[in-house]
Amino acid sequence: MTAFLLRRLSQTVITLLVMSVLVFVGIYMVGNPIDILISASATPAERQQIITAMGLDLPVWQQYWIFLKNALAGDLGNSFVYNQPAIRLILSRMPATLELAFSAFVIALLIGIPLGLYAGLKPRAVGSRGVMVFSILGFSLPTFWIGLMMILVFSVYLGWLPASGRGQTVNVLGVPLSILTLDGLSHLVLPALNLALFKISLVIRLTRAGVIECMQMDYVRFARAKGVPEARIVLLHVLKNTLIPLITVIGLELGSLIAFAVVTETIFAWPGMGKLIIDAIGVLDRPLILAYLLMTVVMFTIINLIVDICYSLADPRVRLGEDSRS
Amino acid sequence: MPEEMKTLVVTGLRTQFNTAKGPVAAVRDVNLKVARGEIVGLVGESGSGKSVTGLSIMGLIDAPGEITAGAILLNGEDLRKASPKRLRELRGDRIAMIFQDPMMTLNPVLRIDTQMIEAIRVHDHKVGRQEARERCRDALGLVGIPSPEERLEAYPHEFSGGMRQRVAIAIAMLNRPDIIIADEPTTALDVTIQSQILAQMQKLCRDTGTALIWITHDLTVVAGLTDRVYVMYAGDVVEEAPVEDLLDRPIHPYTDGLIRSIPSHNAPGQPLNQIPGITPALDRMPAGCRFHPRCPRRTDACLEEIALRSFGPAREARCIHPLVEG
Ligand SMILES: Nc1ncnc2c1ncn2[C@@H]1O[C@H](COP(=O)(O)OP(=O)(O)OP(=O)(O)O)[C@@H](O)[C@H]1O
Ligand SMILES: [Mg+2]
Repeated sequence: MTAFLLRRLSQTVITLLVMSVLVFVGIYMVGNPIDILISASATPAERQQIITAMGLDLPVWQQYWIFLKNALAGDLGNSFVYNQPAIRLILSRMPATLELAFSAFVIALLIGIPLGLYAGLKPRAVGSRGVMVFSILGFSLPTFWIGLMMILVFSVYLGWLPASGRGQTVNVLGVPLSILTLDGLSHLVLPALNLALFKISLVIRLTRAGVIECMQMDYVRFARAKGVPEARIVLLHVLKNTLIPLITVIGLELGSLIAFAVVTETIFAWPGMGKLIIDAIGVLDRPLILAYLLMTVVMFTIINLIVDICYSLADPRVRLGEDSRS
Repeated sequence: MPEEMKTLVVTGLRTQFNTAKGPVAAVRDVNLKVARGEIVGLVGESGSGKSVTGLSIMGLIDAPGEITAGAILLNGEDLRKASPKRLRELRGDRIAMIFQDPMMTLNPVLRIDTQMIEAIRVHDHKVGRQEARERCRDALGLVGIPSPEERLEAYPHEFSGGMRQRVAIAIAMLNRPDIIIADEPTTALDVTIQSQILAQMQKLCRDTGTALIWITHDLTVVAGLTDRVYVMYAGDVVEEAPVEDLLDRPIHPYTDGLIRSIPSHNAPGQPLNQIPGITPALDRMPAGCRFHPRCPRRTDACLEEIALRSFGPAREARCIHPLVEG
């Protein structure tokens, strides 16, 4: 277990290094942030002063070296635009994004698993066909278009739900959350559903395929021969076998939910990291972009770790550290 | 012994599968009688309908399969008329089944104790967990599993194939059923383990008075184990006899062919006898005696439907050109 964690840690460090080099070189080649940041009316002297203050007059390898030294001390630099620590900017926006992504994740599981179970148990029923049509639509319609339609229907025509912002938030351990107030919840519903839609379709398909496969297995027949009631066969014998492979896929999808939140946040004006990073890319705000991407790598690593631990807990045949999947 | 005293009486069982080409009968007209504590063999080539017969008796035929005729009396109660609830109560309690592939019959993600205890508690909720556990431990000991107390906590993948099959047998015996249907449970195991399990199974059934239907394609297994044998060919029972009579003086040419193709039955160095041709496909069954295209004794009369005839006490065969006259 310790060896497993150490290996994970070293992999993460390498990923962070490679990522930071790529971003540094990439942004350096795309253009000079100075041209975007400084107004055309600035005098050459002012211009030179700002360039020196940001350290942009140094050769790129030297800039990277300074960044690395500071990063090791926990300082990822100040945003060029906001002139505040980039990490603080990211962290202030992160709760909103995580809340959105986790809500979508839970919705995807709560809706996807029961529907997939039903469609797998009764593949020929009319209801199951309806479920599958829904999942095809969820897969193929673009998220942003569905988002706009949701706003049109539920906010504009029906006026049931607000279309933008986080609503009222409550601080829990210093972290603002929308989900705990009625107003916040009503703001969360539409964006979370919108973000979840694709994942619901995915969970439905995976669950359905797993259930159909498991129901044909000999152990189901043997359980029936033992006289085990059908409900217990489905909810214990079949569901457990179905959920194990699902854990891996779904866990990794949680990471992609955080990434895709960028689109949903833009549509619903949800004040998360997504909006921040889109703007940062527009003005080549290198410290902010770097901080965001490095945070994302760390987040993915943590999620992967949790997934692997869950997987090894659920599947008796897997022991951490022995498998080669890491 | 009067019919209603028999543990199991099957008459005129017909099971068919509804395929794209229309219904095909995998089991056409099967009659079986098993007395209390009797060990009966059901022998035939692959595809002769042995498993379908076993599953039909258990009420475990799934769509597109369907029992279309016949009666299945368990202790005088017709299972075909029983409600699904009643069937579930009987399965695993009064009638149990073991399957061919020990690697597939146990649920890979549930511990052995979970899978054993449920077999007791779904039939009798009043049994406490601790008492059920003790019964499971004793059952494992009876089938020759070392340190059963600890093994209860294990998962199936921690057992060898032979050990898994012993666990399955222990589960089938848990509630002291009146009859166990064993569908080739030793076919996937190596010969030494096979003979150990056969001897153990025979002893267990004799000690507890449990009747046994042993399904196999191997006449040598039947010779040592059973009291009486049914020979199946292409969905029909073609011969029924006490085991010594069957092996010494077979009546049906198919039985004769099966006996002649046992390797040890031939003088060393002689070419093995084999029955010419193959079992016909279900949708291409010949008219009349289904064996006639492969039979050395066939005449035109074999093209008519042939009924089961008596050849003295406890002997029946479906043949008009028998090797032994009744
Ligand atoms: N689900 C099914 N759908 C269609 N046909 C089936 C189905 N199950 C069994 N059959 C057919 O029924 C016939 C009898 O099959 P069965 O499994 O009873 O044979 P068996 O005697 O047990 O053979 P084996 O020794 O290979 O186990 C076969 O021809 C098989 O193709
Ligand atoms: Mg079979």
